[in-house]
Amino acid sequence: MNSEPKNTDAFEPKIVAFVCNWCTYLGADLAGTNRLEYPANVRIIRLPCTGRVDFNLIVKAFEIGADAVLVSGCHPGDCHYTAGNFHARRRWNLFRELLDTVGVDTNRVYFSWISAAEGAKFQSLVTEIVEKTREMGPYEEYQSIVAEA
Amino acid sequence: MENELRNAIRELLEKQEIDVAIGYGRVGVDGAVGAVFVTSPDDVEQIVWNDECRQNLAVHLTRPEVKAFGKIGIVVKPCDARAVVVLANEAQVDLDLLTIIGVVCSGIKRAKPDGTTADEYYAKCETCVQHTPQNVTLVVGDVAEGEALDAKNEQNAATAGNNAKLAKLRAMTVEERFAYWREQFSRCVRCYACRQSCPMCYCNRCVADKNRPTRIDTSASLKGNFAWNILRAFHLAGRCVGCGACASACPAGIELDLLNLTVSDAAKEHFGFVAGTEFGVDPLIGTYADDDKEEFIR
Repeated sequence: MNSEPKNTDAFEPKIVAFVCNWCTYLGADLAGTNRLEYPANVRIIRLPCTGRVDFNLIVKAFEIGADAVLVSGCHPGDCHYTAGNFHARRRWNLFRELLDTVGVDTNRVYFSWISAAEGAKFQSLVTEIVEKTREMGPYEEYQSIVAEA
Repeated sequence: MENELRNAIRELLEKQEIDVAIGYGRVGVDGAVGAVFVTSPDDVEQIVWNDECRQNLAVHLTRPEVKAFGKIGIVVKPCDARAVVVLANEAQVDLDLLTIIGVVCSGIKRAKPDGTTADEYYAKCETCVQHTPQNVTLVVGDVAEGEALDAKNEQNAATAGNNAKLAKLRAMTVEERFAYWREQFSRCVRCYACRQSCPMCYCNRCVADKNRPTRIDTSASLKGNFAWNILRAFHLAGRCVGCGACASACPAGIELDLLNLTVSDAAKEHFGFVAGTEFGVDPLIGTYADDDKEEFIR
């Protein structure tokens, strides 16, 4: 792992990842057991299923300072609860549109399917999200409404 | 037409086909139009019909104290009629106990801040192509006139009213949009008039009122206002019929109908779904198809 002392002034993005217990969490676990290195900027929150990911959680993540949010679960057809990810997919289709109209940057909201066998996919996606978010900079816009009482 | 409506309701009450009629009446101290509950044929003169009938009376159908009346007759505008369909599809009303009295509507006029009526129709009425109520027990009014209005609006429905506003909003950058809503939501006082006026907001306990844990900031802060308005708009996904009751009830004049229109537009675009057009349809959220779009999912 990177043992060099960090430049404390540099922007380190905070990424919140809502992952499902059965696929993406195990995918992330696999990335770890395989010693696949990925940035430590991602905070993984394990939930039973992507169907459990209430859209409020995404809003809440931005409220508490996330610079980007990832929601990830089983591939279609692989859901432990048969259809949780199908329900989630339908919801996100609409929720993205709402976020876009409200002016929340949808480039900061990622959705993915990562199976328990795809440790490498988890590594590459998280690396990409962190890099892109670093380029975009902190999500000051949303933070500005939090600061304003 | 007002008399026609009164006669229809009088007849229903006299034949005891309904126990109560929910209609519009001049109930406010200044003669403002609101809901009246008529239980006797002698009182039907209380019922009015004009272009100030802003409320969506379907909001009363889910209230236990209204259900206690038994057989209900309800006066609906064409947009409100769709709300009744959604409520029935969500098993919130018993159609056997319901007589839906649809009124041919020629548009509803905006209220000025002082309570008087402006000489201006609601934006939703400018693009309305459904002046004759569908899925109702009986229709009151001149259907031909309604159809003529439909035809008149059909030409510019996509480019006028709220559709024009939404197109303008979509043409902005994401930062500009955020600034736009920031200004709008900064006026929100969290009175929840939108929630009270909406037939679809029938939860016994709203998630906004839950405090163990608190889901959204309950104070009228920008943070809480964003969370609340996003929450409400999305809880109406695939359910909002665009009656505009929330926007007309909002004391701060927030363009809530625009938010709702975004989601119902998306529902139409992605899933070909329009809420409240027919009985017996499964809700949009809560069902799925194997081939739902997923081009945005990595």
